[in-house]
Parts: sequence; C-alpha cells; structure tokens
Amino acid sequence: MRFAFTEDQNLIRETAREFLSERASIAQLRKDITRPEGHDPALWQAMTRELGWAGIALPESTGGSGLGMVELAILLEEQGRCLYGGPFLASAGIASALLLESAASETRDALVSRLASGEASAAAAITGDTGRSDELAVAAELIERDGRALLQGHASFVLNGHTADIFVVVAHDRRTGKSGLALVAIGAGVWGLEIKKLAAMDLTRPYARLVFKDTPPQAVLADGGTPCAARGLQIAQVALAAEQLGAMQTVLELTTGYTSQRVQFGRVIGSFQAIKHRLADMMVVCEAARSAVYYAACVVDEYRADPSSGAQELAEAAALVKVQCSAGFHEVAGNAIQLHGGIGFTWEYDTHLFFKRARATINLLGHPQHHRERIASLIGLDASMGAP
Amino acid sequence: MKIRFTAAEEAFRAECAAWLNEQISGPFADIRGIVSQTFRAEQRMEWERALGRARWSVIGWPEKYGGRDASLAEQVIFAEEYARSGAPGRVGHLGTELAGPTILHFGNDLQCERFLLPIARGEEFWCQGYSEPNAGSDLSNVRTRARLEHGPNGPEWVIEGQKIWTSLAQFADWCFVVCRTEEGSKGPAGISYLLVPMKQKGVTVKPIRQMTGDAEFNETFFDGARTKAEYCVGKPGEGWKVAMGTLAFERGVSTLAQQMTFRNELDLLIAAARENGAAKDPLIRQRIAEAWVGLRIMRYSALRMLSRATSGSLGAEALTYKLYWATWRKKLGELAMDVVGAPGELCTDEGYGLADLPYLYLFSRADTIYGGTNQIQRNIIAERALGLPKESRGDR
Repeated sequence: MRFAFTEDQNLIRETAREFLSERASIAQLRKDITRPEGHDPALWQAMTRELGWAGIALPESTGGSGLGMVELAILLEEQGRCLYGGPFLASAGIASALLLESAASETRDALVSRLASGEASAAAAITGDTGRSDELAVAAELIERDGRALLQGHASFVLNGHTADIFVVVAHDRRTGKSGLALVAIGAGVWGLEIKKLAAMDLTRPYARLVFKDTPPQAVLADGGTPCAARGLQIAQVALAAEQLGAMQTVLELTTGYTSQRVQFGRVIGSFQAIKHRLADMMVVCEAARSAVYYAACVVDEYRADPSSGAQELAEAAALVKVQCSAGFHEVAGNAIQLHGGIGFTWEYDTHLFFKRARATINLLGHPQHHRERIASLIGLDASMGAP
Repeated sequence: MKIRFTAAEEAFRAECAAWLNEQISGPFADIRGIVSQTFRAEQRMEWERALGRARWSVIGWPEKYGGRDASLAEQVIFAEEYARSGAPGRVGHLGTELAGPTILHFGNDLQCERFLLPIARGEEFWCQGYSEPNAGSDLSNVRTRARLEHGPNGPEWVIEGQKIWTSLAQFADWCFVVCRTEEGSKGPAGISYLLVPMKQKGVTVKPIRQMTGDAEFNETFFDGARTKAEYCVGKPGEGWKVAMGTLAFERGVSTLAQQMTFRNELDLLIAAARENGAAKDPLIRQRIAEAWVGLRIMRYSALRMLSRATSGSLGAEALTYKLYWATWRKKLGELAMDVVGAPGELCTDEGYGLADLPYLYLFSRADTIYGGTNQIQRNIIAERALGLPKESRGDR
C-alpha cells in the first residue's frame, strides 16, 4: 500500500501539462469550439497519434500502452484543467471502458485497436432524451427482423457524437429469447443512422442526438449485457470525475489569483475573511475530490486485475467519485462566479465556461442524487427493517 | 500508486485482530465500544497497560521505546482492526499521539529515555497545557509563565498561570505546558515547551462540566508548580515551533484511529435507521449516503497524506483535514438526531445519561471548536495553502 504517484506517473503528468498548456489554452478553446468539429482535429491527432494518449490504458495486444486507470486519470485531470472539449473523454474514457467490459472477441479487439492507434474515435450512446442514467432511460432497441439484428429508437447526449467514427450503443435487447441490455457497435457511416449535433448550454463540448432507423450493427458486443454495461459505465464515471477534478482545481486557482489582485476598500479582496473562508472551503472540496478520484482509479485497476473480488468496491467507488466530483465542481465553479463579482458573470470571462461544464457533467453518467440512492442500496439501507 | 496490502501485511492483520478480539471479548469486555472519554477510566487505563505490555500501544515508534517500528501500512491495518474489534477510545492518546511523537521528534536523548517508555507502557498519562482563558484561537497570547530557579533540587522551572480545556487532566501524570519564559516577550517569541508533573502541590485541577453532562475538560492552575530545568523540549524561548509541531502530529496517523471511531458511529446510525424505518425515507437515504461518501473520502485523504508524509513532509492538502472531519461529524450528529427522532430527546437515566447517538450529537458541537476552530482552520488554509494575505492583529 502506497497511495502516492510513482516517478513515471509524475512524469506523465508533467509532460501532459506542458503539452496542453502550449497547445490547449482556454483562449485556444474559445476558437476551437467555433469549428464545425467543436475541437481542433490537429490537436486530437497529436494527442493520439504522436503521444499515444488514447491507448494509454488499452492492452498492449491491441496496440495500447497497457498502463492503467491511474495513468488515464492523470491525462483526464490535465485535460480538465483546460476544459479540453475533444473526444478524449468520450472515446478513451467512456466508449473504451464499455468495450473493455464486453466479451473478448476479434471484432471487439479490432475496434479497440483502431481507438488505440488514434485512427478512429468512438462515442457512447447510453441514454435517451431524458438523459437519465437508469435502464429505463435507454431509448435504443435492438430488434430482430428476418434473422437480422437491427437498431431502432434514438440516443441523445452522445458526447462528441457528431465527429465519432464508431458508436458503442446501449440498447434494450428485444430480439427473440433475449432480455436486458445489449451492447452494440455501429459505424458512423452506416445506413439508417441520423446524427445531429445539439446546441447546448455548455459551450465547451458538443453533444449529438442519434436516430436509428433499422440501423444494422457492425457487431453485437454483448448480449445479456446489463452487467457489463453497468461496470463499463462505472469505470467511465471515474474517468469523468478525473476530468472534473482538473477543472475544479483550475477554477480555484483562477479565483485565488483574481482575489489576490483585485483591490477594493484599499486592500486586495483576498485579505477579507469573507473571501478567504470561501476559498478555503473550495480548496477542501477540491482536495476531497482529489482523494476520491485517485483512490477510485486504483480501485478500477484492482478490479481489472481481479474482477470477481473487485466488483463491489468498484460499484461503491464509482458512485462515490461521481457524487463528490459533480457536486464539488458545481459548487466550486459557482463560488468562482460569486467571488469574481460582475466580471465573473460576463461572456468574456472564463468562469461561465467552467460553470456550464460543471452543470453539464452533473447529468452526464448519472446525477449525484441517483448515485447517492445507489450508495444507499449498496451499504445496506434496503435490507429488511422492523418497523413499518 | 497502490492501495492493496501484501500477503505479509494481511498476516500482520490476522495477528493483531486475533489479539484484539481475544482481549475485547475476554478480560476487557466491559469497556467494549465506549464512546465517552471519561467513562470507566480506571479500566481503560488498565487497557492502555495491556496494550503496552503486548507492544500494541505505539506500533509506529522505535522498538527501544516500546514500539514495533511498524510501517505505514501496518499502522493503517492496526487502526482498522482496533476499531473493528470494538476496543474503546484511547484514554492515553494525549501521550501516545501528541506528547510522545513531540518528544521523539523535538526532544533530546535524555527526554526520550525518561518519557517514551512509560507512555508506551501505559504507566504515565498526559494532558495538554495549551489554551488559556485569554489564549484560545490566539494561542501565542499565552500568559502562563515560568522562571528558572536554583534550589536544593538543582535548577528548576517554577510555573505560574492557568490553563483551560485540559482534557483528561484529572487522570494525567504529566502535562506539556506552553508558557512564557522570557519576561516582557509577546507573540510566538519567548515561549517554551515544558514537561510538568501533575501530581504535585502547585497544580490544581478543577473539572468543567460540558454540555454533554460529562466533565472531560478541566481548568488547571499552576501555582508555583515545579519541573526540572532539563524538561524543556527544544531551547528555552523557542517552544512555539515545538508547540506547532505537536499540532501537526494531530494530522498524522492518529487520524486513522479516529476515522475508525467515526465508522463505528455511522454503522450505529445505519442500524438505527434500519430498525426504526428511517432508512426508507428518500431524504434520509440521501443524507446517509452523503455521510458515507464523506467518511470514505476521509480515509482516502488520510492515506494520501500519510503516504506522502513517508517521503517527506505533509503537503498543503493536510491543512484541509481538520476542517473536513469536524464539519463532517457535526453533520453526522445532526443526521443522527433526525434518524432517531423524538426518542433521541430523552435521557437514559436521571443523571443526564444519553444514548450514544444523542451523545454524539452534543459532543460534535465541540469538534468544530477544539484543536483550532473551523474559522481558524479556514484562515490557515487560505493563508498557508492558497497564499492569501495574513490576518492583521489589533495589538501589535
């Protein structure tokens, strides 16, 4: 037991920070989000093909680096710091997690290889128009007609969906003799698939809505896929939380910097306790989130090393980390606007970009309220009770 | 970054669990699960001696001072098993967690030889002489003073003044006293850190009854109390650094043991919620889940702090720890009362006896005050971790 980064892990972080501060500043982000892709494709190419980031946690047999969730979390945290809006979280964080949880097959490994090399990006279609994270919210269906499996229905809130090459779709399995959820892979260019980019409150990262009209899947990755979808999404929650951590740390730094400069009543406002104490509370939230993210990342790696004994702890850690980082990021970003005063409310200043990202990620992969309820079940509050 | 324990560490777990369970289900069954600090004090001092004899009292200390040179992982494991066994809160903690580590770190060989083994063996108990009526949050304002006198017993410090909130002083053999040894000095300069025997004519202890009904805290009066000149930790006049060092140990491994107590309290609350049906209330479920999240995070933060401390000093994040747990526990107390409902308002006897959860509720109001109030903690975080300007003083 040594809950501290290794030299190699520190090096990964330093390299990533240096690269991103050069290539992916918030000023750059403001330009990139006006591109049709919603991000800079050249930057994405550099991240994946030159630096090999997309494959960092993918098996070496598929061309990845064979490292773990801790290393992936480091990259996501660094990207969160600059609100990077390209497909990294969607592809390497979420879709890859679902693929790795589905049953091993040649088709699956071929898909993973394409992601590892950066040749393709993937997006996960996991919910419908409600955006909720329970099974009922899934609005895609896998049906059977003339012996062929086809997708119907829709999916929404598909992160970076309009630029994805591959979709990993969670669908109700309505084929004869099947039940529960299926995991399905489809190509972006396939017949019967409509992709529409959505205009959203969060400016930093685009969503898409997909409509399936008898869309033929490239592969059914897992039938009876409810448990593997659940576990894949749990791992994805850890990935998202790592990114939220980086963003909340930056917004704390931004606010500390601003309140250390801004002078009113003849003194910097950061010398007033009303300001200092709120900043202190923000730091407490960030540090709690940091502990949660790093630990949960370790739990994912332990789970992957031994799935049978690690499943319960994965479920707990994934819910915990989503609760802490979603609620925490929103609180810190909200306080940032307050402490900046009027300028914090302007379009020109960056605080609203963080605040809106925070809000968007609250719903993504399950609202904290949903995950608290999940925790309540996991820790035994459902067990039989005496009184009525 | 690794969170798993090795096979050897798991074997260590089995060894300490076996010993603890045997003791707590056997000779020490009477003190199982005690929350109050003062209840059954005599038996609990006997328990400290039993821990000492078996060398389980201060496992992280060097062997020659009664420890086991235990690794961080082993200390984590012991803290977990200690709580799991239902063993009571440590009445010796002011010696084992504060005085001992301070002497080990800042003391000289003579002081280590004189004081550490009796702490490890549960033979001498300690209390903390920090706060005074006019030096609470503003600790550097202490007025208790000491002067060197050359008497028949050689050079001795003679101490005059009053301390307050001295927990467990009524049982203590020794007190570490922060006092002024340079006439006319102000603030942190001129303060010394003296080790003073409690059982002497010049020391008077008066209990303070707290809002819980207990009297764990005291007023301690030093009226010509004496201690040997050599029982000054660090140089005379440079005790502030030592006093602050002691506070840093409060953020050390002892936090793990404390968390285990918290876990037992949360388990108690969950059991109560299941029993009376509160666990079906969706809002209560949300709050219990939130408490559970907070407790887990406390554990992860402690492991992160301690893992980092083994490779150097505590990081800035360690400064957030006290504010986090104190706020968490106060909320837990409030949740506990909402879970138990009106029956929690009733005493268990005519002597203001309280069940564990209502007791926790009242006691937790102290958590955000002692050891640095939440407000002082926020100043510390803002100034030392975030680099914001220091508070100005009104008097210097």
